[in-house]
This record gives sequence, structure tokens and C-alpha cells, in this order.
Amino acid sequence: MQSSSAAGTAGAPHVPHVAAHFASREVQDHAARLGMWLFLATEILLFAGLFVCYANYRFLFPDAFAEASRHLDLTMGTINTLVLITSSFTAAMAVHYAKEGENKKVVWMFVLTILMALGFLVIKYFEYAHKFHEHQLPGPYYAYPGIQLPGVSMYFTIYFLSTGLHAFHVIVGMIVLGWVTLKAMRNEFNYSNYTAVELGSMYWHLVDLVWIFLFPMLYLI
Amino acid sequence: MSPSSSIAAEPGAVPAPDEHHEHHPSYLVDGTTVKSWLLTLDHKRIGVMYLIWVLLFFLIGGIYALIVRLELLTPGPTIIDAMTYNRAFTMHGVVMIFLFMIPAIPGAFGNFMLPLMLGAKDVAFPKLNLASLYLLLSGAVIAIWGMINGGMDTGWTFYTPYSTHTTTTVAPILFGAFIIGFSSIATGLNFIVTTHTMRAPGITWFKMPLFVWAMYATACIQVLATPVLGLVLLLVVGENIFHFGIFDPARGGDPVLFQHLFWFYSHPAVYIMVLPSFGVMSEVVATYSRKNIFGYRAVAFSSLGIAFVGFFAWGHHMFVSGQSTFNAGVFAVLTMLVGVFTAIKVFNWVGTVYKGAVDFKTPFAYFCGFLYFTVFGGMTGVAFATASLDVPWHDTYFVVAHFHFIMVGATIMAFMAALHYWFPKMFGKTYHEGWGLVSAALIILGFNATFIPQFLLGNAGMPRRYYEYPERFQTLNVASTAGASLLAFGFIISAIYLVYALVYGQRASANPWHSRGYEWLTASPPPTHNFVGPQPTYTEEPHLYVGPEKSEVPDAV
Ligand code: HEM
Ligand SMILES: [Cu+2]
Repeated sequence: MQSSSAAGTAGAPHVPHVAAHFASREVQDHAARLGMWLFLATEILLFAGLFVCYANYRFLFPDAFAEASRHLDLTMGTINTLVLITSSFTAAMAVHYAKEGENKKVVWMFVLTILMALGFLVIKYFEYAHKFHEHQLPGPYYAYPGIQLPGVSMYFTIYFLSTGLHAFHVIVGMIVLGWVTLKAMRNEFNYSNYTAVELGSMYWHLVDLVWIFLFPMLYLI
Repeated sequence: MSPSSSIAAEPGAVPAPDEHHEHHPSYLVDGTTVKSWLLTLDHKRIGVMYLIWVLLFFLIGGIYALIVRLELLTPGPTIIDAMTYNRAFTMHGVVMIFLFMIPAIPGAFGNFMLPLMLGAKDVAFPKLNLASLYLLLSGAVIAIWGMINGGMDTGWTFYTPYSTHTTTTVAPILFGAFIIGFSSIATGLNFIVTTHTMRAPGITWFKMPLFVWAMYATACIQVLATPVLGLVLLLVVGENIFHFGIFDPARGGDPVLFQHLFWFYSHPAVYIMVLPSFGVMSEVVATYSRKNIFGYRAVAFSSLGIAFVGFFAWGHHMFVSGQSTFNAGVFAVLTMLVGVFTAIKVFNWVGTVYKGAVDFKTPFAYFCGFLYFTVFGGMTGVAFATASLDVPWHDTYFVVAHFHFIMVGATIMAFMAALHYWFPKMFGKTYHEGWGLVSAALIILGFNATFIPQFLLGNAGMPRRYYEYPERFQTLNVASTAGASLLAFGFIISAIYLVYALVYGQRASANPWHSRGYEWLTASPPPTHNFVGPQPTYTEEPHLYVGPEKSEVPDAV
């Protein structure tokens, strides 16, 4: 659908609203984008606190951490990494299609993204279930006979806290993308109005990015 | 006539304030239902609501303070038992820091003035702005609920492993603080975006009023430091409930790690509290000295400088935690850098007053108090930053006196100065100048009388947070409590004449101080969309006074 079709008819490009306090659409979009970047910075800093905890305890208990990380399911972790990277790609494609006003394709891309997010959570669920079964649990709940090094429960504390916080972000991301998908179904986006798609996928890229750090930190090293 | 009179020469820039004007009512009367206030998106109304709430929190925190001071009147038990005492000083700290000092100036005056000073109709995200107020209030409700149902005895620094083991209600209070942190982030984010995108034509970065610069630097710290606090508070809540052991040495955890994460926020947080004060004072000093601010760029950049080095100084809270001597040295030097940037500001303010035509009004009285508290408190800070001196002073009343002088002293002075300076702008009324000066004098005196004895107590070795103390400390403690009463009395006087002024005060003109600040280019109180008619033009710098003459900036009404 091309953006030049007449306004007012069904399927016509949505004319975006400029809030009264902004000088123009450009300024409004600029503000939205800047706001999102700042918000993402705060999210990274939130996770950074956990990374600092990890670094501290890895330094204190190098053996336990090395040993425990070998007890994570590398296959599932790798699959999940691939799933998230692919979903980041489809989210990026959504922005591309939104700019062209191809709202149907935007919907498809986001539906795929959300499905992959769901897939990620399902795999995570199986990983968690396995850990619960083996009693590889945080702090005082740790009762896994396989590794009995000092500090090993700390590893699982950090594992559950960081992947849990990340999973929470995955869920929030699904809600955000779901909301943008609804807008796309209402045919709202075109070459001059795609900020919501852009911001939604930016958020999704962050979720992906955090995982890209968590994966080597927890599974590989 | 000087060439700089073009601001005043701008027709339509300063419309006559007229409450009953049908088309452009002031923001105060534009909609009078409760809902029109509670759900407003107008930054000015949100600012006024912040003002009301932070004043209430200030009152609550103040009552706790008086309880603590009364208890310390005698060496043994005086009015409360030891556990209640622990709860009282904790609550005093939590309420004052998270519910008063951090939100007060940005929430009330930042919200009100920032858009006016940028020639904007509102902040960039009005809904987020309102949400941020309600986040603050919900955090406050949760925290206060926790205080009523048990309270907490850890001190406002929540040090682990004690805070993860105490049986008092840590979780709701910390969770409340976590939510309040989100409010702080939202405000900061909103102000940064507003400053970047909403400046009216003519307001370049270096024509922004210095208050805007200060708010901008504050906002940067809020956005960059608060998430880390959010995480650490969540971890402590989790610890307290599930005992994961992350900060518990019995489980291999590291309590010093908590201190690092906590002070990584809380040291910058002291600048979240004090930078807005610096901004207020830059406005006040220029206005009442009738002089252009001396070294505008230096003042603007030193705010950013403080914000930056503030992130590398946290280790000075850990000089006695087993930190290596090398670390202590590095942190000591980095801490002293903060003193350098602060000194730049102090010299510029003094340079501004020098040879100015000083109009000694209430806000200027607060400026004088502020200058003194900042210099005195700042110098004790430099002394503290010397690691070897910190060892005997650490966790004594010297620390308490230091941070009250610099942080509380400066912030209270600025808050009161801002309240008086912008009162006519916000409410369109004038207050009684004589009473203003009397209460300023009482507050400044009371402050000194409260905290100078505490410097001496700390130096003599009285530890902070103790319920009982040896006989020989009593005289100074009595003096401190007497000072606190004087302080409270000063605030009560202010409250009385300001409320009186709200109801019976004379109408203020649009620019009663003959200020050149941009916020005075509209009516007092401003209309809903800030400006009526054509937007004012901004051709002059906001602090440019070319001569000592009052009449040089006409009272344009
Ligand atoms: C400009 C505003 C400042 C504020 C608002 C401020 C605030 C504070 C606060 C709240 C504390 C005590 C925290 C606690 O334990 O409860 C503190 C401690 C300290 N401050 Fe400042 N401060 C400021 C400036 C400075 C400067 C300029 C220096 C040094 C150059 C400094 C050095 C220190 C040191 C070393 C301590 C630790 C004392 C100890 O616990 O042993 N401060 N400050
Ligand atoms: Cu500090």
C-alpha cells in the first residue's frame, strides 16, 4: 500500500498526531527516540549491576564458577541464542516494512518475533525445570551433590537472578511488540510514521543484546 | 537606554496578568475540579502538586528528626526505647533523602520552571511526568506502610548483612525506595529530552539559564546512577526474603560488594540533591546582585564536571572497609576533584556579588546561608577525603555534621530561596518581606546551632547512631537539640506567612524582582500554555544585567 493514497478513505495512511507542545513531527519523533535511547541505557545499567556481582564472585570462587558453568545445558543455551538473534532480525525487518507502509508484513514480522520469544521462554522453562529437578538452586536451596565447591550456590543465585530478570524483559518485550502489532493491524504505519515500530524493535534489540552478554558469561566461560 | 532592552521591548511578551481574563486564565484557575488537578498534564500543576507532597514529606521527616534529637537530650533513655530510636533515625533518613531532598527541587521547581525557561509549552513527555509523580507517591505509600507496620532499623544506608537479617520490615520499605527510584529516573529522562528538543528558537545551549544546566546535569546522574541502586535494592529485598546469601559472608557473600554498589549510586545521589541547589542559587545571585553571572560557561560546565567525577568518588565511603591503601589513595584524589569543581562555582558566585548592587531580599539571605554552608561543609569534605583523617572521624557525628552542612544545608537554603524567589511567579502573590528575613535568619542560626555542636561531638569521638552516650557529651547534645528547635521554629514562621500570602497576599506583578530570567517573560501566574500571543524572543542571555539600575529591567506590567 502506498503512502500517497487519499486521506480519509479506508486503508489510508494514518495521519499521525502532533502533540500540542511540540513544534513539529520531527521534533516529536526526535524526542521519542532520544527518550528510548536513554531508557535503554538505564536498562543496561540495571543489568550491569548483576554483571558486577558476577565478576566479583567469579574472582572470589573461580573453580566453583568454572565447574558450575559446565553444568548448564549448552545445547539449549545455544538454540536460545540463535532464536533470539533471529527474532532480532525479524524485528528489524518490521521496521524496514513499516517505512514502506507495508503494514501486513509488519504484522507478520512481529508475529514471528513474538513466537520466537515464546519459544525462547519454553526452552528456558525446560532448562529451569531441569535445574529444579537437580536442586541446582540459589543460596540455601542448593542441594546438588554433583558439585560441592565453596561458592557454587552463588553461581546459581546469579544464574537465576540474571536469566530471571532477562526472562521478565522478554515478557515485557512481547507485550510491547504485541501492542505495536495491533497498531500495524490497524494500518497505522507509513514512510513518515513508524516511530512506534522503531521504538518497539529497539527495545527488542536490547533484550537480545543483554542475552548476548549473558550467554557467554553464564554458559561459555 | 542600553541595547539589551530588547527583551522588555518585545510587545506581547509580557501580557497583563488577569485572573478573570476570559480567554487566557492562569493555570491555577483553568479548571477547578479535583480531577482537573489530579489528572493534569500541565507541568506547572504537576510542579505545584510535587511541592505540596514534598512539603508534607519534609514535615514527616522533620518530626522524626525532632524525636531523635529529643531522645539524645540526656545520656540515657529519654522519651523512647532503643529499638524505636533506631527506627526513628532510619525513617528520618529514608524520608528526607528519598522523599524530600531528591525529588524536591527537580519535582517542584524543575517541573514548573524548566519549560518556562526553555520557552516551551510543556516538558517533552507530559504523561510520563504525571506518572513520575504517582510513582513517587506509590513508593511513598508502600514505604510509609512499612514504617507503620514495623519500621526498619538499618539506617538509611541499609548496610548488609545486617539489613538482610534484621526482623524489622525491610522489604516493603526498600521496595518503596525502588519505586521511588523509577520516579527519579523518569523525571531525569524527561528533563534531558526536554532540554534537547524543546528549546525555543534563540535559546542555544549557551543561552540556557543556569538552572536549566543544573537540572540537566542532575538528570544525567539520575538516569545513570539510579538503575544500579534499583538493582541493589531488589537484591537486598530478595536476600531479606529468600536469604540467597549474595551479601552474606556466612554464605560466601561479600558485604563490601553491597557497599560498592550502594555508594556507586548514593555518592552521585548527593549531587542529585545538591546540583539543583547550585542551579537555583545561580539564578538568585544574578537577580539580586543585578549583575550578569560571572563566568557563565564555567558555572555550566562545572555542573557537568561534578556530575562526571561524582561517579568516581564512591570509594571514600569505604576507607575503613579493608580497601587497599592504593584504592584509598585513588579515591581520595578523585574525591578532591569534586571540591575543585565546586570551588569554581563558589568563586563565580562570589565574583557575581562583587561590586553588584545587592538587593538584600529573602532569597538573597538564603543565598548567603547557602554560600557559607557549602564552603564550610565542602571543606570538611576535603578533610574527610584525606584517607588518614577519615579513619578517626568515620561513623562519628562528624560525618553527620558534614553531610548535613553540605547536603541538607545547601539544599534547604536553595529550596527556601527557590520557594521565595519563584513564589510570585507560581502563585501570583507577594509575601511579607520582613517576616521572610526573620525566618531566614532563624533557620540559618538554628542550622548552625544544630550542627556545629555535632562537628565537635564527632571530633570528640561520639559515634553516630548511638542511643546512649557518656555524660561528657551531654552539653553539646543539648545545644544541638536546642538548635533543632530553633530551626523548627523558623520553618513554622515561614509556613505561616507563606500560607497567609497565598490567601491574603497582594497580587504580584509579572516580574517583581526585575529579573532577566526567561521564566519572568510571562504573566504571574502563567497561563495554561505558558505564553499568550507570540512567543517571546530570546535575543539576550538570561543573566545579562548591564547596569546596577533596578529600573533597567522594567516591571513590564
Ligand atoms: C557537594 C556536596 C556534598 C554532599 C551533598 C555530601 C554528602 C555526604 C554524605 C551524605 C555523606 C555521608 C553518608 C553516610 O555515611 O550517611 C558524606 C560523607 C563523606 N563526604 Fe561528602 N558530600 C559532599 C561533598 C563532599 C566533598 C566535596 C568531599 C571531599 C572533597 C566529600 C567527602 C566525603 C567523605 C570522605 C565522606 C565519608 C565520611 C565517612 O563516612 O567516613 N564530600 N558526604
Ligand atoms: Cu560520597
